[in-house]
Amino acid sequence: MTRTRSAALHTTSLVVGAAVVVPIVFGILGGFKDNGQLFTNPFGLPDPWLPGNYLDALRSTAFWQQAANSVVIAVASTALVVGVGAMAAFIFARFAFPGREFLFTLFAIGLMFPFAVAILPLFVLLRGMNLLGNPLGVILPQVAFGLPITIVILRSFFRTIPAEVEESAVLDGCGPFRFFWRILLPMARPALGTVSVLAVVGSWNNYLLPLIVFNDSRWWTLPLGVQQFQSQYSADTARILAYVTLAMLPSLICYALAERQLIGGLTSGLGKG
Amino acid sequence: MLTDERRPAPAAIPPPAEAVRRRRRPWPTVALFLSPALFLFGLLVLTPIVVAAYASFFNWNGFGAPSNFVGLDNFRRLLTDEIFVGDLRRTLLLITLSLGIQIPISLALAMLLNEPLRGRRVYRMLFFAPYVLSEVVTAVLFTMVFSPNQGLIAGTWLADTDTVMYALFFVISWKYFGFHTILYLAGRQSIPPELHDAAAMDGAGPWQAFRHITLPLLGPTIRISVFLSVLGTIQLFDMVWVLTGGGPIRSSETLAVTMFQEGFKRYHVGYASAISMVIFLISVTFGLLYQRFVLRRDLEGAVTTMGDQR
Repeated sequence: MTRTRSAALHTTSLVVGAAVVVPIVFGILGGFKDNGQLFTNPFGLPDPWLPGNYLDALRSTAFWQQAANSVVIAVASTALVVGVGAMAAFIFARFAFPGREFLFTLFAIGLMFPFAVAILPLFVLLRGMNLLGNPLGVILPQVAFGLPITIVILRSFFRTIPAEVEESAVLDGCGPFRFFWRILLPMARPALGTVSVLAVVGSWNNYLLPLIVFNDSRWWTLPLGVQQFQSQYSADTARILAYVTLAMLPSLICYALAERQLIGGLTSGLGKG
Repeated sequence: MLTDERRPAPAAIPPPAEAVRRRRRPWPTVALFLSPALFLFGLLVLTPIVVAAYASFFNWNGFGAPSNFVGLDNFRRLLTDEIFVGDLRRTLLLITLSLGIQIPISLALAMLLNEPLRGRRVYRMLFFAPYVLSEVVTAVLFTMVFSPNQGLIAGTWLADTDTVMYALFFVISWKYFGFHTILYLAGRQSIPPELHDAAAMDGAGPWQAFRHITLPLLGPTIRISVFLSVLGTIQLFDMVWVLTGGGPIRSSETLAVTMFQEGFKRYHVGYASAISMVIFLISVTFGLLYQRFVLRRDLEGAVTTMGDQR
């Protein structure tokens, strides 16, 4: 690689990297400024550093409540979608019965069903079932819409487990339940990790569904809380920046800790197969 | 869908004779394991879509059962609704910009990250970072970035009907380019180095190698990345709703935003359902046609390649 070429590559990477980092750093630093500072000095370091907005948010019960709600809903959705999806994928992968291909195709086409299409009738349905304002009103639809990708990924993984494994288990007197629970699931850990990442991130970032289900702030998740906070304090930019920064942190910390797993989980099943 | 077709037909199906014999009655197991998934999917995915289709033929406010049947009136009204026609035009604009600018840039950056560059692991990590943030957090952050007085990019980008779509496109690209870059990088790294070595020995320059080796071999990745990008744009909601609310004067609304406005703000549930059906039909038609005509070759090719490797 020539010198000029290398310099050009470095410059491009730096510029793009800066374009990614600058808005995030603007948010972090902006949270330490007041609105006057933001007006005169949007780019630079805060002078003086004012931690008040961060401390206010951290002392408020709303922020912690929203974070806890997000965690509860993400964990419950993920456990359910992976459990229910794995059971279905097991059947689709290793049982032969009439109608199997039809049912599987139904789920596979479900990959293309956008959430937005179903949201109105879903609202009417959840209202009828008295699930508005109830976390199950978010969890259950998230599970239902997460099933297609979960089943498609797990089925293809289950199919790669050699038939000999199952044969010898059956010869040892292992029934389908034990085989599923004791042998198949432990062998499928990487694939279970992938679908769990997809489910957690999908739930954590979901906005439309909590928006229509939770009228009352009791169950607001972080995306909903951030958006409501923004409309409440629309004139107070610095305060919003502090809040949005805190809301970003869990995702960014998880990403920093488990970069490989997150990238792998979020891109597999879509592109690389 | 895509993942699965790429795998070779496994030996596990049909199950070995012994297992079949032991499973004389598979039905109880099949029913037990399958019913939770079928129940949830049927009740919360399929039923709502069928209800939306049904409701789109009614003038309905969402309360009680729909009773005022109006046939195709809602769909006829859509055709003369400036906002809806604008939605289609704006969707097309965003798709064009994504395919014309965002995808090529992502591809170029992937080629760059494939070079032996110092710190490329850091760049790789940075580029993908926005993708893990939620659309809402991104949108709120950029509302502040674009804030007229205190923002990073001063000006009225989000408040001007002429610039709002481009500002929106900028934020979408900021969030999603890294995802496509990582897809391309993975595709690029799966090309055997011998091919480029041989091309270099034959005197091919970097551009020729890219044009005649890298690009064709990245075909499957490009086609999937385009597929995801188009489907995502058709269904765009969160980002627009939080960043602009569809404004100013409804000039940045998308199909889903208009549907939400009509359905949840004005209680025109029948009319909104008609928009839902349009989103549904566009997504599924595009998806099926794309898979049938564009992705098919990739899937066939991939199966034989994978088969050889095993």
